[in-house]
Amino acid sequence: MAGVTQVPAVAERDPHVAAWRRRVRRVVMFVLALAVLAALWEGYKWFGQSVGDRVFGWRLPARSDNGSMPHVWDVVRRFGQPERRGTSHTIGATVAAGAWFTFRVAMAGFVVGVVVGMALAVVMQRFGVAERGLLPYVVLSQTVPLVALAPLVVGWGGNLTVFGIRWQLWMSVAVIAAYLAFFPVAIGGLRGLQAPGSEAVELMDSYAASWGQTLLKLRLPAAVPYLVPALKLAAASSVVGAVVAEISTGTKGGIGRLIIEYSREATSDPAKVYTAMIGAAALGLVVAALVGILDLVMMRHRPQVGS
Amino acid sequence: MSGPSGGGRVGGGGPVGGGGPAVLVAGVSKVFNPGRTGQVEAVRGVDLEIERGEFISLIGPSGCGKSTLLRLVANLTDPTSGTVIVNGKTARQARLDQAYGMAFQQSGLFEWRTVTKNIELPLELRGWDRVRRQSRAAEMLKLVKLEDFADHHPWELSGGMQQRVAIARALAFDPPLLLMDEPFGALDEMTREHMQAELNRICEATGTTAVFVTHSIPEAVFLSDRVVVLSPRPGRIVTVVEVELGARNDDTRETPEFFKKITEVREALRGSA
Ligand SMILES: Nc1ncnc2c1ncn2[C@@H]1O[C@H](COP(=O)(O)OP(=O)(O)OP(=O)(O)O)[C@@H](O)[C@H]1O
Ligand SMILES: [Mg+2]
Repeated sequence: MAGVTQVPAVAERDPHVAAWRRRVRRVVMFVLALAVLAALWEGYKWFGQSVGDRVFGWRLPARSDNGSMPHVWDVVRRFGQPERRGTSHTIGATVAAGAWFTFRVAMAGFVVGVVVGMALAVVMQRFGVAERGLLPYVVLSQTVPLVALAPLVVGWGGNLTVFGIRWQLWMSVAVIAAYLAFFPVAIGGLRGLQAPGSEAVELMDSYAASWGQTLLKLRLPAAVPYLVPALKLAAASSVVGAVVAEISTGTKGGIGRLIIEYSREATSDPAKVYTAMIGAAALGLVVAALVGILDLVMMRHRPQVGS
Repeated sequence: MSGPSGGGRVGGGGPVGGGGPAVLVAGVSKVFNPGRTGQVEAVRGVDLEIERGEFISLIGPSGCGKSTLLRLVANLTDPTSGTVIVNGKTARQARLDQAYGMAFQQSGLFEWRTVTKNIELPLELRGWDRVRRQSRAAEMLKLVKLEDFADHHPWELSGGMQQRVAIARALAFDPPLLLMDEPFGALDEMTREHMQAELNRICEATGTTAVFVTHSIPEAVFLSDRVVVLSPRPGRIVTVVEVELGARNDDTRETPEFFKKITEVREALRGSA
């Protein structure tokens, strides 16, 4: 009998069960947050409509009529309707295709950014001089406004052929995404590579380990806790960079382009632009979830802070 | 080649054959930041000869240059003058040949590696294949009595267990020389005595030459064939106390000889201050 009563207690203490419970709770919280957001939206609309968008003679910050703030259910319904009169594909399919396009471009930019950022971090760690010489430029690079950079990159790429492949517009978008993504990786990576104390480095020296061995066996593993948040930032930056770059380079096919296109129809079809924005937000969430998985994989078998 | 101490366990030769002392320190001085602000003379004119299989402790007031002397032997820093010879080679060549294992005050285990993987680290660097590494790591774990914790990570172990892993790691590739810098400094008294007995047993079993930095007089006496007493900075050798206690166990700590040696070392330390 004792065994029977012990079973739930053991399950209670099982870290895997606890972890899954946390995950389920997070999903529930997320759905709840969406519901609250929708309720606030509709509540604001209702309030605005019932007071004529005025309180004590002050105008409310946003107009609440259906032309400015379509009903939540209208936006949701819009996903399943044709993009425009006469087309067969739904707006949901178009938004999904756009998000998929932007996702691939952003990921290309992310990968390039991570590789470049890590390479810079390794070079800066290897040659302390490079850190002093390079770091200011790395920081400076991020002060160049993206909208100013985009046309330049498009211009450079305009008549470029790399390995027999003609440069395409989406590559410019990926380069701009990479331009934003490399920064946190370079900074976080450098801090991580420098994280091992002199004792750990001396231990490797005492084994007569080469620089490459010390990098591989000590510095890179030690940098992982610094790289995880850096990669999260880089992933988010690459999505933002891809969307903004699509818009400012006029690249077709992505979610950024859809936002611009649909916003032109805001007066005639107000729900439409929101579908594109929801698509962009969903893209951000998917990327965040992917990086979350990366976090789980990279940080397993590490001491859990605060647990 | 018989040890000058005639100490309890100086057997014939260490694991490495050949004549000559395990470590020869001749006229070694170390000045940090010479000619600049912050110039510090850490070690001055040290001569020391350590026989193979001998256990030597370095003791002295804080900041007197014990760690520096150990790091000079390990070639982690270069002497300003004088020479260091390890196993008949220059200290640098000895380091490149991985002629010694080292253990620090902090265990310095890599938190992303399991206990086994930590012990395997020096073996990986020497290019041992996986099977050979694993069997050696298992052997070392048995030596430090941690077989049950092979797949644990360092943060899941107590401080004393971590130190034992660090010592296993230092011994894993059978170095003829073991350099230790206050490896038990962070442990409580009981764990510490237990670890001393373990270290004693391990060194006896493997015939390893050991240089051991400590602040604890009883620890130095219990472990060593000779205790080297250093003066305050700049560190010079004040006296070398020969300890002839024979084979040691926990009862050794209660013998009159043990107390006599402790008093001798304490007086040497006091006289040097
Ligand atoms: N890398 C360094 N640069 C400059 N000075 C140093 C360096 N390492 C040690 N010193 C100085 O050398 C002196 C001896 O240091 P060391 O670490 O050898 O002392 P110690 O005997 O090990 O002391 P403790 O018992 O406190 O560990 C100290 O005054 C210290 O400040
Ligand atoms: Mg010290």
